[in-house]
Amino acid sequence: MSEFLQHLINMLVLGGTYALLGIGLTLIFGIMNVVNFTHGVLYTFGAYIMFIVVQQLGLNFFLALPVAVLAGWLLGAAIELTLLRPLRGSDIDTTMLVMIGAWIAMQSGTLWIWGGVAKSVATPFPEAPLVLGPVSVSWLRLFVLAAAAMLILVTYLLINKTSLGRAMRATFQDHDTASLMGVNVDMIYTSTFAIGSSLAAAAGALLGPVYVIFPQMGDLAAVKAFAIVILGGLGNITGAVIGGFILALAEELGAGYVSSGYRDAMGFLIIIAVLIFRPTGLFARAERVG
Amino acid sequence: MKAIVTILAVAALGSVPLWLRDPYLLNALITTGIFVIGAMSLNLLLGFTGQLSLGHIAFFGIGAYVSALTSLGFDIGLPGGFRLVHAPWPPIVGFVLAILIAGLCGYFVGLLSFRVRGAYFVIVTISFAEVVRLVALNWVELTQGPLALTNIPSIALPLPGFGELTLRTKFHNYYLVLVVALIAYLLIARLVHSHFGRAMRGLMENETLAVSVGIDVTRTLTIAAVISAAIAGAAGSLYAHYIRIIDPEVFAFINTVTMVIMVISGGKGSLAGPVVGGLIFGLLPVALRPVMAPEAQWIAYGGVLIAILFVLPRGIVPSLAQRFMRRRSGAPALAPVTLTETSAKEPA
Repeated sequence: MSEFLQHLINMLVLGGTYALLGIGLTLIFGIMNVVNFTHGVLYTFGAYIMFIVVQQLGLNFFLALPVAVLAGWLLGAAIELTLLRPLRGSDIDTTMLVMIGAWIAMQSGTLWIWGGVAKSVATPFPEAPLVLGPVSVSWLRLFVLAAAAMLILVTYLLINKTSLGRAMRATFQDHDTASLMGVNVDMIYTSTFAIGSSLAAAAGALLGPVYVIFPQMGDLAAVKAFAIVILGGLGNITGAVIGGFILALAEELGAGYVSSGYRDAMGFLIIIAVLIFRPTGLFARAERVG
Repeated sequence: MKAIVTILAVAALGSVPLWLRDPYLLNALITTGIFVIGAMSLNLLLGFTGQLSLGHIAFFGIGAYVSALTSLGFDIGLPGGFRLVHAPWPPIVGFVLAILIAGLCGYFVGLLSFRVRGAYFVIVTISFAEVVRLVALNWVELTQGPLALTNIPSIALPLPGFGELTLRTKFHNYYLVLVVALIAYLLIARLVHSHFGRAMRGLMENETLAVSVGIDVTRTLTIAAVISAAIAGAAGSLYAHYIRIIDPEVFAFINTVTMVIMVISGGKGSLAGPVVGGLIFGLLPVALRPVMAPEAQWIAYGGVLIAILFVLPRGIVPSLAQRFMRRRSGAPALAPVTLTETSAKEPA
């Protein structure tokens, strides 16, 4: 029983960052209809920003997270402006392949700059974990959960309470009509991509110190993000949050009770199962942004 | 005209081992050839049915593992205390089994995937390849996991009256790959120009219309997926018996991307496209090796993929063909094939 509780605690920590990844991707996928293969690279990028700020510049750990969010935002905007804007109106396969090209180039760039040796980040948290009865959780993981929850909340407010969020929702429902109503759709696309990218970078910056940082770390993260998006339904933020936690639970239970080697297979199995049985996602009726 | 070009190209490719003595280059050509076969099979799906499969390497890898395990033998425990023991069989049997089993996997993925389209299809195929990779990595008893299957025997051709010819050298393997590639090319060409090929293209261009004239979508797409997977399995088998060691990295997503780049750059939906694109991108690393670090090569690889999609979205071969035709006839090249009466009369 205590083992199960421990899995639940781990699930909460993992699920928070998965939800961040999923929200970012579901926004981009839902609003722009772009299968964003650079999402994983943005995740890696966020982790390396953490590494630079903390290890190379020697600055405060807590400063690194906003820096990573900002850097992810800028890189995302740059990708959107240079690669996606010129391809507006071309078919989904073309943009997908361009994103794959960008992913390969950027990931190799990471490898070139920082090398393949895994990096770790020193954290200001005490080594001893917080013990709560039968379970224990490290302070770092608690911080990751709190920060992820805060970012999810901010994103939720941004989408639902601001005029930018309203324009994004309108664009998601019908971009032609939104455009006729005076929404600057180009600007919405760039903002969406930038916001989604900054969330991916934040997830990387949060999970990077928990594990280690290496150039290919984003590959699995990207596929997991796809699993979450499919699970939650396209463009569904609440679905992405729930999907993130479901994936984390499946991974924890799979690793705990089946075999740790198949931990990462859970995401793929979920994708295949959902697409066979409920192709529109678990929360199909709510297929809209917000 | 087209036949002459084809024959000249085959003759040129066939003469290579006679004058090229550099083993490094010959090796690059053989592995490129194997990937070109994979790219041709991918083109059957991507170029002629419009389905972007990003898990194509799964069939290649399954072919490689099936062929290797058939010729190496294995001894695994099954649930309930049973053991499954397989004594080594000749590699040529492994080659045939690789084709059959990869084709079978293509059937299941085809059934499963064509229920979902577009981005979802792409993600299902990626997931399938990753699950297969994780099984290859974790089922250590069967696959040796990350330790790799080693000492895979070379393919031996039975020659009636002369015993066996073991294809161990690069010289032999070059011709083996060339012959298999030619067979695959002719098979795909024949298929594409048949009634079935027209049904496939009809589906790609206008599915609603194709269905309305009685083309069975699932059947057509499934058959295309089976043939495509089987050819990829054959390529995987050649790879296993040539390299003679395989590990789960054969399933790496980057290998699928390599095939996709070969198809897209050469021209999807063009028979010669994957060959041209494959030779260019297969040999590009060889050309770049003296001037660039490996990481920089991959950056260039991604950059070139993006550049091709921006500059030559239809690919090299169709763009060149169009230019050539225009010059010869002084008129715009033929419009893309559309669903006309011929395919409308198609029996389902």
